[in-house]
Amino acid sequence: MQTSMKRAGRAAGALALLASLSAFSGPAPATTAYITNEKGNSISVIDLDKLEVTRTVKVGQRPRGIALTKDEALMFVCLGDDDTIAIIDTKTLKEVGELPSGPDPEQLRVSADGKFVFVANENDALLTAIDIATRKVVSEFPVGVEPEGVAVSPDDSIVVNTSETTSMAHLIDWRNKKVLANILVAPRPRYAEYNKDGSELWVTSEVGGTVSIIDPVKHVVAQKITFDVPGLAKELIQPVGIRFSSDGKLAFIAMGPANRVAVIDAATKQVLKYLLVGQRVWQLELTPDGKYLLTTNGVSNDVSVVDVAALKVIKSIPVGSFPWGVAISKQ
Amino acid sequence: MKALRALFAAMLGLLAATIQPANADPLAVKVGVIHEAHSRETISILDIPPADDFVAGARMAMDDNNTTGRFLDQFFSVVDAKLAPGEDPVAPLNGMLADGVRFFIIDLPPAEVLAVADAARASGTLVFNAGAPDDRLREEDCRANVIHVAPSRSMLADGLAQYLIWKQWRRWLLVVGSHPEDKLLADAYRRSAKKFGAKIVEERVYEDTGGGRRSDSGSVQVQRQMPVLTQSAPDYDMLVAADENEVFAGYLPYRTWDPRPVAGSAGLMPVSWDASHELWGAAQLQNRFERLFKRGMNARDNQAWVAMRMIGDAVAHTRSADPKTIHDDLLSPDFAVAAFKGQKLTLRAWNQQLRQPILLTDGRGTVSVSPQEGFLHETSELDTLGFDRPETKCKLQ
Repeated sequence: MQTSMKRAGRAAGALALLASLSAFSGPAPATTAYITNEKGNSISVIDLDKLEVTRTVKVGQRPRGIALTKDEALMFVCLGDDDTIAIIDTKTLKEVGELPSGPDPEQLRVSADGKFVFVANENDALLTAIDIATRKVVSEFPVGVEPEGVAVSPDDSIVVNTSETTSMAHLIDWRNKKVLANILVAPRPRYAEYNKDGSELWVTSEVGGTVSIIDPVKHVVAQKITFDVPGLAKELIQPVGIRFSSDGKLAFIAMGPANRVAVIDAATKQVLKYLLVGQRVWQLELTPDGKYLLTTNGVSNDVSVVDVAALKVIKSIPVGSFPWGVAISKQ
Repeated sequence: MKALRALFAAMLGLLAATIQPANADPLAVKVGVIHEAHSRETISILDIPPADDFVAGARMAMDDNNTTGRFLDQFFSVVDAKLAPGEDPVAPLNGMLADGVRFFIIDLPPAEVLAVADAARASGTLVFNAGAPDDRLREEDCRANVIHVAPSRSMLADGLAQYLIWKQWRRWLLVVGSHPEDKLLADAYRRSAKKFGAKIVEERVYEDTGGGRRSDSGSVQVQRQMPVLTQSAPDYDMLVAADENEVFAGYLPYRTWDPRPVAGSAGLMPVSWDASHELWGAAQLQNRFERLFKRGMNARDNQAWVAMRMIGDAVAHTRSADPKTIHDDLLSPDFAVAAFKGQKLTLRAWNQQLRQPILLTDGRGTVSVSPQEGFLHETSELDTLGFDRPETKCKLQ
């Protein structure tokens, strides 16, 4: 039994190799999504014209957070169990270096100007800023226990970090390099995202089960969104990833083991709809044309594709084991 | 590169350590930790209680609370009173009450829990029971000023029972120790069997005749005793052992007459926590504990950690150190504590027991987590574990 499984694995590897070879000889590449597979220790590459996986590449251990550089030449992948961030060339999909992350990196964010990447450093309760050109740490800011989510305001003026055990959003003045405010939110804040014009900062609390909408000028929680899915235990409502539609009118919230994405009217903050996706939905990303929303579904090992105009799930794409993060190239 | 990184991290650690609360006069929250030392007579050398058993968990949560406190001008401290078995806890309690301590985290036998609760009552003090699993403390003997962080015996037994039912291992051989706690635990297993439809095919008692647990030639005798203890039993799926004082259960795995798995006080154990648990980000908590105390975090440490975190979260929410304000916040529908168990933990308003999943561990990793799929409840599936609201005997006063 074991031998035959090994053989099957080897055959699959050979097929993947063939697939990767053909990818090189094909026509100009379509828009591409990169999915980190937390347990599979790999990245699934999705062709967004065909909506299918064209390649799977091995990376280090426990890949989760993923981000592209502004020019899309490189991507950064947090490798939690290797205690590093791999730098991967998006053309060759080969590792070309690493960033100084500190232990167990999970999430990261590239500044809007493309010059810096911000990473939460769990062991030392610090938010670390790394200069992408020199690959060196340029600043650290003391934050709460178990720093996790990272967001950057659209104008790069404010960097945000959420700390899971401290249950705070830490707002950092990036120009003057100082902590501006530490705002208490519901337990285990896992992800932060500015709305399109930067007037609101949305923070999901995985254990609290809510979304806090922070006024980034007044430094207060201005509003709280709660969820109620009929027939679902309230403990299963665990909001994580956040994305806004291209026109900024809708917000999408990944709801973890509730297996749903909540669609929220960004103006009224009303929940419009719950979209049933795969199991344990972690992160979200929109295609550059704003047409599709991709969701990573950790337990069901697939990516759901949501048609944003119709607000319907139109496809599920099988990927590697325990998909977690997603990044999409513009070209 | 690694060495450089470590050096850098150490320097940053020093930097972080020197950051003091911004205000010269922060809100000070003193928490008393009163706990009785547990027996060092354990079957496995790995289970001997460490010197800082229990209080280490409170200390780590104190550090966590102080990191938050750094931003909110709040400062938490722990006053530790470790008692010898049988020592009166009310004396150190009164000393700390006189010093203005209004929050206590305790790990004491049930009679002492009640003595502390009643002695602390007049001052409006809030007591967190993070040790005693006795159901009577949550039921007929419940107290309005006691919050139960430790799971009860009925919650632990139900957690194991749900998994055995899910596995279709419904026929149990129940082997019970001769101590009063073992009898209470056996009551909990009998109740779980009835509640979920398992059958106890036979009960046996293992008499504690005294003597050391670990000796050089002990294994020779044990290898002969355990088969005899379990010989000629009716057909069963699982041996369930009720042995809170670690007299015999640890000897049962691999030594039963019939080749059957063991659960309960050995083998597959229902617990609030284990040093091997790493799901849902728990690895982060385990890493921090290991770094601070150079050992794994046991269930008692974890219960003390959760209690201290509950105090910290409520103080952060309310910006108050008044026990009444904190108590109200803990009971409010918005309160939830994150404890690395895959979902929020909240309080049962009717008896102030913390709702929590029960981990099923073999001491090497988390085998499963209850409540199991399919055990439904109208308000919270966590309330399928232990005595539920309609059957409670608790009248909080």
